[in-house]
Amino acid sequence: MSFFSELWDYLDINHSSVVEALTQHIWLALLPVAIAFVLALPLGWAVDRFGVFKHIALTLGSIIYTIPSLALLLLIPGVVGTSILDPTNVVIALTLYSLALLVRTTADGLGSVDDSVLQAATAMGYKPAKRWFTVQLPLAMPVILAGLRVATVANVSMVSVAALIGIGGLGQLFTRGFQLGFYAPPIVIGLVLSVLLALVADIVIVLVQRWLTPWARAAGAR
Amino acid sequence: MNFDFLLDGANWSLSAPDAFPHRILEHLGYTGLALLIAVAIAFPIGMWIGHTGRGAFVAINVGNAGRALPTLGVLMLALSLVGIGLLPVTVALVILAVPPILATTYAGVRAVPGETVDAARGVGMTSTQIALRVELPIALPIVLGGLRNATLQVISTATIAAYVGLGGLGRYLFDGLSVSDYSQVVAGAVVVAVLAVVVDLLLAGIQRLLVSPGIDGRALRAPRRASADVAAVPVPQSTT
Repeated sequence: MSFFSELWDYLDINHSSVVEALTQHIWLALLPVAIAFVLALPLGWAVDRFGVFKHIALTLGSIIYTIPSLALLLLIPGVVGTSILDPTNVVIALTLYSLALLVRTTADGLGSVDDSVLQAATAMGYKPAKRWFTVQLPLAMPVILAGLRVATVANVSMVSVAALIGIGGLGQLFTRGFQLGFYAPPIVIGLVLSVLLALVADIVIVLVQRWLTPWARAAGAR
Repeated sequence: MNFDFLLDGANWSLSAPDAFPHRILEHLGYTGLALLIAVAIAFPIGMWIGHTGRGAFVAINVGNAGRALPTLGVLMLALSLVGIGLLPVTVALVILAVPPILATTYAGVRAVPGETVDAARGVGMTSTQIALRVELPIALPIVLGGLRNATLQVISTATIAAYVGLGGLGRYLFDGLSVSDYSQVVAGAVVVAVLAVVVDLLLAGIQRLLVSPGIDGRALRAPRRASADVAAVPVPQSTT
């Protein structure tokens, strides 16, 4: 019982800094996913459309994914010229990770659309651009959004690492607990909030997916 | 970018405890220990869940929940519970590595075609034989894909061991940051990144040795050796 009262006391005293950390965490985690999602649409289109890009994009993607996040966070300032403590570094690093994942799933999703459906659309008089936006893209959405869920959840947990080099987010609560001599309350609060945030973001994407792809439910698929 | 620290021969001395070779070995030590324990826990459970189909809910949700857990927080919590040292770091890395191994082992075994398992049962194989001689070899590309994924994450995350006073390649990152020696930070980051890529390539090579050519499609691509019958065997696609 005493642990929960400690937890409560910590929240009571520090609620404004906890809220600030949470807000910053949301920005640092979700902004990169949003940027990567927008960039992945044309890139995924190019990979799906032109075979040459496929190999390059997938190899580049898997190399980016192999680079440890802390290393990437620290290398970006040297390449881009930002200061080490600039939150922009986190946004760039996480955008790269998300992009590596999303370009692949976007291309997979676009490729998974049945050719006969596309031919039917063409036969009905759809011009290529309209066909892509109103037929192929919506049908590819379940696969694309599945990738978006993975990227979002991974980002929310990865942002914490940034606290090690002094950039905000819920990771600050972990380093705070460390500096206070492994004081558990801020650590537990940070963990719970981080997992809850990932869960909520995941649920939101699932709801958007249901709204965007009503046919998936009508067919009784999952 | 400044590569002085990375290219300084003194930092590559084989005997100095704070030179790259020793730090790389420390790093691989933390990684290997955590992976061994994680495989020992996750692999049998994943095989069992995949084989029996019982507890699939657990395998899927552990995989998802694991992705959402920030390892830094898990490490700090472990430190506040058991104190400083190798144990909490290993615990955190194991918690990081178990979900991908468990989820992919389960998914790999689940992806084995039902008729293949039925055929194995039909020719009189026992449940254990089916699991080890049919399901495991067919699931191996996916299972090893999960292991590679877990290895990458652990190598990447083992850098935070240095934040709580241990060794490994994270030392260069945090020592460099604390004295504003960016050249040292760059060296550490480059060596970790290269180490991760090299280990992944090594594991890809091992995967090639272990996976049967009939499973990953190499037999189909080999000229003339593949008969039409071989083409009828479904080839599980690695999802990573």
